[in-house]
Amino acid sequence: MKKLFYAMVIVAGLPVWGFGQVGQVGQVGQVSGNAEEGKRLFMKNNCYYCHGTSGQGGRDGARIAQTALNLQGLTRYVRQPAGGMPAFTEKILSDRELTDIYAYLKSLPAAKAPKDIPLLNEIR
Amino acid sequence: MPSSKKGSLNRRRFLKGAAAGAAALVGPAVGPGVPLAETAPAAQAAQARAVTPLPGPGLVAAETSPPAPRVDVYTTDRPGSDFMLDVLKSLGFEYAAANPGSTFRALHESIINYGGNKAPELLTCCHEESSAAMAHGYAKIEGKPMMIMAHGTVGLQHASMAIYNAYADRVPVYIVLGNIADGMWRRSDVEWTHAVQDPAAMVRDYTKWDDSPISLRQFAESAVRAYKIATTPPMGPVVITADGILQEEPVSEEDRRRLHVPKLSQTTPPAGDAAAVADIAKILVAAENPLIVTGRSARTPKGLQLLVELAELLQAPVMDRRQRMNFPTRHPLYGSGSLATADVVLALEVPDFWNVTHEQTPLNRMGMEIRPLTKQGAKLITISSMDLIMKSNYQDFGQYNEADIAVAGDAEATLPSLIEACKRLITPERKRVFEQRGARLTEAAKRIHEQDLQQAAWGWDSSPITTARMSAELWNIIKNEDWSLVSDVVFQSWWPTRLWNFTKHYQFIGGHGAYGIGYGAPAAVGAALANRKYGRLTVNIQSDGDLNYAPSVLWTAVHHRIPLLSVMHNNRAYHQERMFVADMAARAQRDVSRVDIGNAITNPNIDYATMAKAYGMFSVGPIENPTDLGPALKRAIDVVKRGEPALVDVVSQPR
Repeated sequence: MKKLFYAMVIVAGLPVWGFGQVGQVGQVGQVSGNAEEGKRLFMKNNCYYCHGTSGQGGRDGARIAQTALNLQGLTRYVRQPAGGMPAFTEKILSDRELTDIYAYLKSLPAAKAPKDIPLLNEIR
Repeated sequence: MPSSKKGSLNRRRFLKGAAAGAAALVGPAVGPGVPLAETAPAAQAAQARAVTPLPGPGLVAAETSPPAPRVDVYTTDRPGSDFMLDVLKSLGFEYAAANPGSTFRALHESIINYGGNKAPELLTCCHEESSAAMAHGYAKIEGKPMMIMAHGTVGLQHASMAIYNAYADRVPVYIVLGNIADGMWRRSDVEWTHAVQDPAAMVRDYTKWDDSPISLRQFAESAVRAYKIATTPPMGPVVITADGILQEEPVSEEDRRRLHVPKLSQTTPPAGDAAAVADIAKILVAAENPLIVTGRSARTPKGLQLLVELAELLQAPVMDRRQRMNFPTRHPLYGSGSLATADVVLALEVPDFWNVTHEQTPLNRMGMEIRPLTKQGAKLITISSMDLIMKSNYQDFGQYNEADIAVAGDAEATLPSLIEACKRLITPERKRVFEQRGARLTEAAKRIHEQDLQQAAWGWDSSPITTARMSAELWNIIKNEDWSLVSDVVFQSWWPTRLWNFTKHYQFIGGHGAYGIGYGAPAAVGAALANRKYGRLTVNIQSDGDLNYAPSVLWTAVHHRIPLLSVMHNNRAYHQERMFVADMAARAQRDVSRVDIGNAITNPNIDYATMAKAYGMFSVGPIENPTDLGPALKRAIDVVKRGEPALVDVVSQPR
C-alpha cells in the first residue's frame, strides 16, 4: 500500500513552489517569444502541475498568469529558484523556450475582479 | 431469549458422530495410500477436491437416502457469541462494519438474529480497509467508535493501512477479530491459513491496546477495557479477538449465570498539570504577539467553543493546521497571525509541531537546509496528549520538539483551567493592549479574505475546472443547508476553508492521519452515516486516486441508503507523486515531460459517473465545462436530500 509523505511539501498553508516567490525584477520588457509555442512547452514540461493550466497558481505554486516578473527575472528564478521549486537548467529548458513560455504567461487573460463574479461576490 | 434444550450437542461430540456416520455412508475409502490411478473416476475427482471438498458421494447419499432411524444433530441454543454480543451491545455500538468472514460467523449470526441487527447493525462492506476507514470517519463525527469485524489474518491484513491512518489521527476504532486459536478445531487448509497465533501482532505497532481472551469471562472484561482505552485521549484503535470456538460453542445455563457484563467506567481525559498551566497563562498574558496553533485541538463541539474563548480573551490569532474543526474560518482571528512575528507560540495537539516552526527544502533531504520560521527567542509551548503515547517502530511522532514548556495532557481538557488562569491575570491595561491587537488582526483577516477571493478569480473559466471554482460552486449550493464537509481540503489548495463559512464542529473532520491513500471515500461514507440521523447534508470532495483503492464502498453507501454528495476532484493522476518525480527529473537534469509515466490515470480516462452507476448510485459527469457544474451539483444534491448518495465527476485542475 502506498504511503505518501505530503507533509514534506505542505508548509503551514504557504505555497512552496513558485516563480512568484521572488520579488519583481526590473520592468516588464518587450515580449519576443511565441505564446503558442510557449503554451505547448508549459504543458509539455509540466509547469501546470504546480501553477495550473491557466497559470492560476495553487497550493504548490504561485499564480504566474500575467506574471509581474520581466523575462530576465523569470529566467533567473527558473534557473535558481529560492523556494521549493526545483531548478530547471538549460539542459531541460533553453533560454529560447523560456522566452516562449514567458510570452504565453503574459498572453493569459487577467482575472475578473471578484465583485464581477457573482459567486465570489456573494462570499465577500 | 431462547432457553437451552436437552439433547444439544457441543461441536466436538457432533463432529465425532458426524464423521462416523459419514464413513458408513461413503463406502470404500479413497484416501492416503490408495493410488489415484487405481481409483474410480468419481473417486479420483473426490480425492482431487479433498482440500476444498465439493459435495462428495457421502454427502450426496446422506441428503438423498431415506433418513437413518436416529441421527445426532448439532444444535446450539446458547452460543458464546450471544454473550459476546451482550457485552458489545453494552458498549453502545450503533454499527458493526464487516466484510463477512468465517472466523466470526457465529458473532455475525448473533448480531443479525439474537441481536435483531440493531445496535449494532451490520454494515456490508466489500473490503476490510473500507470497514476500518468508515469507522475512522464515523468516529470523527459521532465522537465514539464504530465496531468492525475481520478475519484475524486476511481481513486484518486488508484493514491494516486504514487502522494505521486512524492511529496516526488518534481516532478510536473498535476492531473485533475472528480466529480459531486451537489447531485441533480447524477443519481445513482454509481454517489453518486463516488462523494465527497472535492475531493483533501485525497491527500492535499502531493500535493502542489488544487482547486475545481465552474465556468468555475474559472476553467480557477485555472488551469493556478495550472500549475504555480506545476512547480515553489520546484515542486510538483497539483490537479484541473473538475466538472462534468461544463464539460457536454453547454456554450452559449454569455457566451463563456466572458470566457478567462489566460496567463501562470511562476515564476522564487527562488535563495538563496545574502549575504548568499557570506558567503558560503568565507567558500568554504578557506576550505582545502570541499565536495559537491548532492541530487536532477540538475533539468535541465544546473544544471549538473553548478555543474561541481563549483566542478572544487574549485576542490571539489562530493558525489552523486543518486537522479538525478547531475554529470558525471567518472569525477575524482565524489565519491572521504570523509565526515570524510571534513571541509566544502555543501549539494545541499539533502533530509534528517542529515541521510547523521550521522550513526545510524538500529536495535537500541529505544535509537538510533548515530554517526556523519563528523569531529568535520566541517561546514555544505545547499541550498535547501525543506525549502520553508514543511507539518506536512507526515514526508518526515527528521530529523532536525543543519546546520551552511541554505539557502532557489533552488540550481540550486543559483549556478550561488555562482560560481561567489567563482571566485572573488580565489587567485593564493588558486588556487595552489586547483590543488594539485584535483590531489589527481583524484588518489583516479582511485583507487575507479579499486576497483569497482575488486569487480564486484566476482561471475562473478554465477547463479543467479550478479547485477554487469547484469550491465556490459547491458552496453556493450548500450554504443554506445544514452541511458537513467530510473530506480533507489539502488537495484542493484549501479552497473550502478559504471560501466557506465553517462554524460548527461537524462541518470539518480533517484528513487521513497518516496520508495512507484510500481513506477518503470510505471515511466519507462512515462520516455521512453518522450525520444521517441528524439530517445533515454531507459533502465529500473525492480525489480520484483515492477512490480507486476500494471503490466498492460506493455500493455500501447505496445499499445502506447513506446520503452523501461526492464531488470528484478528478485530476487524472497520482498528482503528488508526479510532482515528486518531476522534482527528481529536474534535479537529475533529465526529461521532465516523461513523469506522467507511472503517475497519470489516463488512457483510458476513468469514467467515475459510470463507475458509480454500476454500484447503483446516481451520478453526473464527467463535467469539463465550468458552466455545467452548478446545474450538475443541483441535480445531485436533490438526490442526496431524498436520502440517497450521489456522485458528480468533475475534471479538475491538479490542485
